[in-house]
Amino acid sequence: MKVIKVENLHKKFGSLHVLKGINMEVEEREVVVLIGPSGSGKTTLLRCLNRLEEPTSGKVYVLGQDVTARETNINKIRQQMTMVFQLFYLFPHLTALQNVTLAPIKVAKKSKKEAEELGMELLRKVGLEEKANSYPSQLSGGQQQRVAIARALAMQPKIMLFDEPTSALDPEFTREVLDVMKKLAYEGMTMLVASHEMGFAREVASRILFLDEGVLMEEGTPKEMFAHPRTERCRAFLSKIL
Amino acid sequence: MDFRFDLFVEILPQLWKGMQMSLLLTFLGMALAIVVGLVVGIARLSKSAFLTWPTNIYVEVVRGTPLMLQILVIYYALPHLGINFGQVTSGFFALGICYGAYISEIFRAGIQSIERGQREAARSLGMTGAQAMLYIILPQAVRRILPPLTNEFVAMLKDSALVAIVALFELTTTARYISSSSGNVFTPYIGAALFYLIFTIPISRLVIVMEKKLRAGL
Repeated sequence: MKVIKVENLHKKFGSLHVLKGINMEVEEREVVVLIGPSGSGKTTLLRCLNRLEEPTSGKVYVLGQDVTARETNINKIRQQMTMVFQLFYLFPHLTALQNVTLAPIKVAKKSKKEAEELGMELLRKVGLEEKANSYPSQLSGGQQQRVAIARALAMQPKIMLFDEPTSALDPEFTREVLDVMKKLAYEGMTMLVASHEMGFAREVASRILFLDEGVLMEEGTPKEMFAHPRTERCRAFLSKIL
Repeated sequence: MDFRFDLFVEILPQLWKGMQMSLLLTFLGMALAIVVGLVVGIARLSKSAFLTWPTNIYVEVVRGTPLMLQILVIYYALPHLGINFGQVTSGFFALGICYGAYISEIFRAGIQSIERGQREAARSLGMTGAQAMLYIILPQAVRRILPPLTNEFVAMLKDSALVAIVALFELTTTARYISSSSGNVFTPYIGAALFYLIFTIPISRLVIVMEKKLRAGL
């Protein structure tokens, strides 16, 4: 089942044409890794999917719903397709556990007790049970990002978007975040990940998409892509990054 | 130069009564100003011209005219439009309306100082704009707003003396009244000054402590 479908998506910021006619699909339980030079439009593409950015033209369907249609309740779609950000954006005035439970309580209308049980279970999953009552400022970057993943999981989404989740981390913390993401991938979460982590892509990606200057240049399995990139651009990019 | 300690002791209850009126005006005025400031501050950040236009005009008019004039308009002009306030009501109303404009700017700046990612993270979990504002933006903004807001409280306590023109016996007016009836100039005024300072100095110190704590990271 196709859970994301993008048709001829364009995004312009003023005169800057960031996305130039993207067509793509994501199947249920797929892990799709989006690669490409910085400024190629990876982040913008992800943000158009949950309408943090308004697409200029084109269609985006998530779980069969037209994201930009007037009658679509975007908040409902976002509950089913949550996002993890490069800079975490944990809520600094709330503890780790409160960060995780806020949306389940206020949006999904779970009871506090139910939300906290779920929250603790998710913090355990990302290995931070003992940090439940810590504030974000008391956590390392890697720990903050893991809490952010738990927060995104707490809405029990069908799809998760990751916007360069390890790019802002010190190298020593990258692995703990990737390990959590791998665990999710193996459990069958549908994931769309913008990332430069080729090890992660090689290990868990079902497909890799190469985005360059707002155009999807190439796609394939990690094996195909790494061994035989078809376009010169992709070859040049991979040789720099691998 | 005739400060008389015996007179000072004698007029203390009167001054305290005046102080109570000043505090009452300030508490009510501040409560109104915070509500007005919050609503107007958020409205001015809205994308809808329907909200930004009237609120922009309100802020510009209030900031561009003297508080004394605003008090006079609310007390003397509004009854002609059929709106009748008592003295206390028109007093705190004028203070609240005036300070609401300044405080709306404080709220606006506070809300804008919260990085955009906070709102986006909240929205990405399915929260509505109002939920994001209520649970994520405002709690963080209020911490940053608290010191300037407290400064406004001190300023209003002093400005409450201006409502004297509608014949309200707050602290300064009380002191003036005592001065003319007792023929002694310094005692009531110095007494009144002491009363103001008892409140304004500790509050100003509190602001410094809050700012230090904020700098230390919440």
